[in-house]
Amino acid sequence: MIKVKINGQEQSWDGDPDLPLLWFLRDEAGLTGTKFGCGQALCGACTVIVDKEAVRSCITSINDVAGREVTTIEGLHPNGDHPVQKAWRQVNVPQCGFCQAGQIMQAAALLMENPKPSHDQIREAMAGNICRCGCYQRIENAVHLASTGV
Amino acid sequence: MNFIDNPGKLRGFEKHIRVEKVSRRSILKGLGVTGGFVLAAPVMSRQAFAYETGAGKMPHGVVVDPRVFVAVAPDGTVTILAHRAEMGTGVRTSLPLIVAEEMEADWSRVKVEQAHGDEVKFGNQDTDGSRSTRHYLIPMRQIGASARTMLEQAAAKRWGVPATEVKAVNHEVVHSASGRKLGFGELAADAAKESVPAIEGLKLKDPKDFRYLGKGQVGIVDLHDITTGKARYGADVRLPGMKYAVIARPPVTGGKLVSFDPDAALKVPGVEKVMQARGWPWPSKFQPLGGVAVIARNTGAAIKGRDALKLTWDDGANGKYDSVAYRKELEEASRKPGLVVRQEGDADAALKGADKVVVGEYYLPHLAHVSMEPPVAVADVKGDKAEIWAPVQSPGGTREDVAKTLGIPEDNVTVNVTLLGGGFGRKSKCDFALEAALLSKELGAPVKVQWTREDDLHHDFLHTVSVERIEAGLDKSGKVIAWRHRSVAPTIASTFAAGANHAAPFELGMGLVDMPFEIANISCENPEAAAFTRIGWFRSVSNIPRAFAVQSMVGEIAHATGRDQKETLLALIGSPRIVKPAVKDMWNYGEPYDSYPIDTARLRKVVELVAEKGEWGRQVPKGHGLGIAVHRSFVSYIATIVEVAIDEKGKLSVPRVDTAIDCGTYVNPERIASQIEGAAIMGLSLAKYGAVTFKDGKVEQKNFDDFQVIRMDESPGVTNVYIVPPGPDTPPSGVGEPGVPPFAPALMNAIFAAAGKRIRSLPLGKQLEA
Repeated sequence: MIKVKINGQEQSWDGDPDLPLLWFLRDEAGLTGTKFGCGQALCGACTVIVDKEAVRSCITSINDVAGREVTTIEGLHPNGDHPVQKAWRQVNVPQCGFCQAGQIMQAAALLMENPKPSHDQIREAMAGNICRCGCYQRIENAVHLASTGV
Repeated sequence: MNFIDNPGKLRGFEKHIRVEKVSRRSILKGLGVTGGFVLAAPVMSRQAFAYETGAGKMPHGVVVDPRVFVAVAPDGTVTILAHRAEMGTGVRTSLPLIVAEEMEADWSRVKVEQAHGDEVKFGNQDTDGSRSTRHYLIPMRQIGASARTMLEQAAAKRWGVPATEVKAVNHEVVHSASGRKLGFGELAADAAKESVPAIEGLKLKDPKDFRYLGKGQVGIVDLHDITTGKARYGADVRLPGMKYAVIARPPVTGGKLVSFDPDAALKVPGVEKVMQARGWPWPSKFQPLGGVAVIARNTGAAIKGRDALKLTWDDGANGKYDSVAYRKELEEASRKPGLVVRQEGDADAALKGADKVVVGEYYLPHLAHVSMEPPVAVADVKGDKAEIWAPVQSPGGTREDVAKTLGIPEDNVTVNVTLLGGGFGRKSKCDFALEAALLSKELGAPVKVQWTREDDLHHDFLHTVSVERIEAGLDKSGKVIAWRHRSVAPTIASTFAAGANHAAPFELGMGLVDMPFEIANISCENPEAAAFTRIGWFRSVSNIPRAFAVQSMVGEIAHATGRDQKETLLALIGSPRIVKPAVKDMWNYGEPYDSYPIDTARLRKVVELVAEKGEWGRQVPKGHGLGIAVHRSFVSYIATIVEVAIDEKGKLSVPRVDTAIDCGTYVNPERIASQIEGAAIMGLSLAKYGAVTFKDGKVEQKNFDDFQVIRMDESPGVTNVYIVPPGPDTPPSGVGEPGVPPFAPALMNAIFAAAGKRIRSLPLGKQLEA
């Protein structure tokens, strides 16, 4: 039996220990905010925070996070008012919105580690998260905004 | 947002989310209690609008009925239906916003609900062709004005005053003579009893009184849900007892399953069943390819099970498709005469007599859509009834195809439209929904069919592959006197009918026969090209290769004559005039030519605007270069300037992009800017990396590592967008697609300016590093 804390709640799993965390979250725990985009850690749509680090849940097995704390977009802030979420809304970032949960989780992790990232640091830290609609200019602006306080 | 699952419930940890069936009738209280007043014909009042659109000629036309689209609840909440699919353009906000504007509703008290697929009820729902605002600006205004009139009439009756004395203002109806006011909610029940006013007599707001339209101050309706993970996309629909499926499809288009061994797959924990999935021979429009489905308790198990399948395929005739060989065939075809599709003067003779002939042969490979959300659909088929939840651009078409595929009446099919995690034309084809419907029927249980990224790349309806060859004949003064453009590419029509070898009229009309230059001798030709895979619409469609060729050729002519790119471009566009190409029944994006002609004054204007705002001719550092391109598509006019920087190793970056768009009368400039910003990214993606290639009939790319798209670290430093203010009666035109075509040629013109190297073959790849 694998035990993992997700958004502060204890969850358990007695199925395949190799099951990617992504599919546990989406299909077993009903937390569909985390998205499937590539399955190979190439696009970042499935980004969640494990302890304090951004990870791609599509290549992270449920066993890898046993005993650890997972935060998904649903658990980032109780009212959805994390500075990154607020900045995203202020800049009106999303187009289709599908990649945005992953982008927001990546940005939140970046700001935990580096509260005042430079232009280049933002562009580098966010380069693992693809947005096919092409919202990068606004994502960059929103991360700046979140880092300067909204 | 769909009606079946309550997003609020998904915040918990329930294994299966309880489904609440809420019928549409119970939601549409007030004005929507009973329906029925349906005009399935174009409804344009010539007195009010100086233009017409092609909306009425779309399948099922337009429905203008406030009782279908608007509901007012007793608490004052106004519910407006969005009948078009949201894939990132903002249409789910923009169309309801038009209704709210005209009915004087307060946007903060408006709820937007997504309409299911029912074109008889809602009118055409195909969300493609950059058509939604252009076709629905007038009808949505009329719907809003009708609703407002009914509310005003109800108030006037309540007070016993003439309707002319009352006025709806910001969610209330006001009788200023007596100072009385009634909220929309208080009037809802009475307003529902009012007859729907005749469209001809409707009084529309004076645009100077607009509070929302043209302002760009309103965020998209899904903004909060998107940023909190509550927004519902196709894959987020969960039904009780739902099974999760992935399908192994024939690796070659038209291939067939010979045999399969399910044993190893069935041993994977969580896998419940392995079954054959029904397929159709190629071509068969959007019918599924067939193969072997793995059914499991979650998607992860299904994927693992599929990896363990042992499969034998018969690749069939398309197993020979090879992109390297096919390119040679296209190039050879482009060097010989082909079907003449536009002829003015005598291009042959003029080219022979020209002082100089500039020749450009341009190659553009297949492209995949790769929307961030891969195709996915949920189906629940019970007896002769089917319910679908899917991110489809064409809910009406999906409903029709599901009914045909299952052999049940269309009335028995409900298609619920979720948010689309990107569409770009891929989700106009409903094969994934048909797969889910067929599996659900066979299993007798709800099923979600999830495509992986590899599935998406291997079984897309790809953007075509093409060779565009242009010969431009110049006289001694450098003036272009002859133009021959041969466009060779497999046609989208090949997906519908075997043996279609020539471009369809709508493909010819996308940048080939509508070429706007003022040249005396023009020949446009379309040599034959056979298709060996599924070809489909990709954002901007044939405009991508045509604009690339035509606008690159402008750069080549500028170089050949030693002139400035922009001046060369304006000289080719020529005098301000309405272009009348010698083409019988030229396809004009489905729009009447009188209202939407090729107007070179507007074309010139966007060039001049972008040149001014984008500081054309500015000094740039060493290794940098500026390029410009303009293109009319989806009846909008767009010009782009790209600045590139190339370092000593040949590494490219794009410090700045400037784009000017004339899309006529517009609704939401903030979303126009976001579309154009995104188009620069998509344009840069396809120019730098975009290529799907075939070997032995199979797509060679698998995922985002070998089908790359632009990431933030290589995205433009800044993208500036300038919108041409519309005249009082300028018809609205497209926004979603027109931004893409001018980008790649502007980029290549900039690369030439920076490095003296002309790139004629896409993608750029490592060509600058060689």
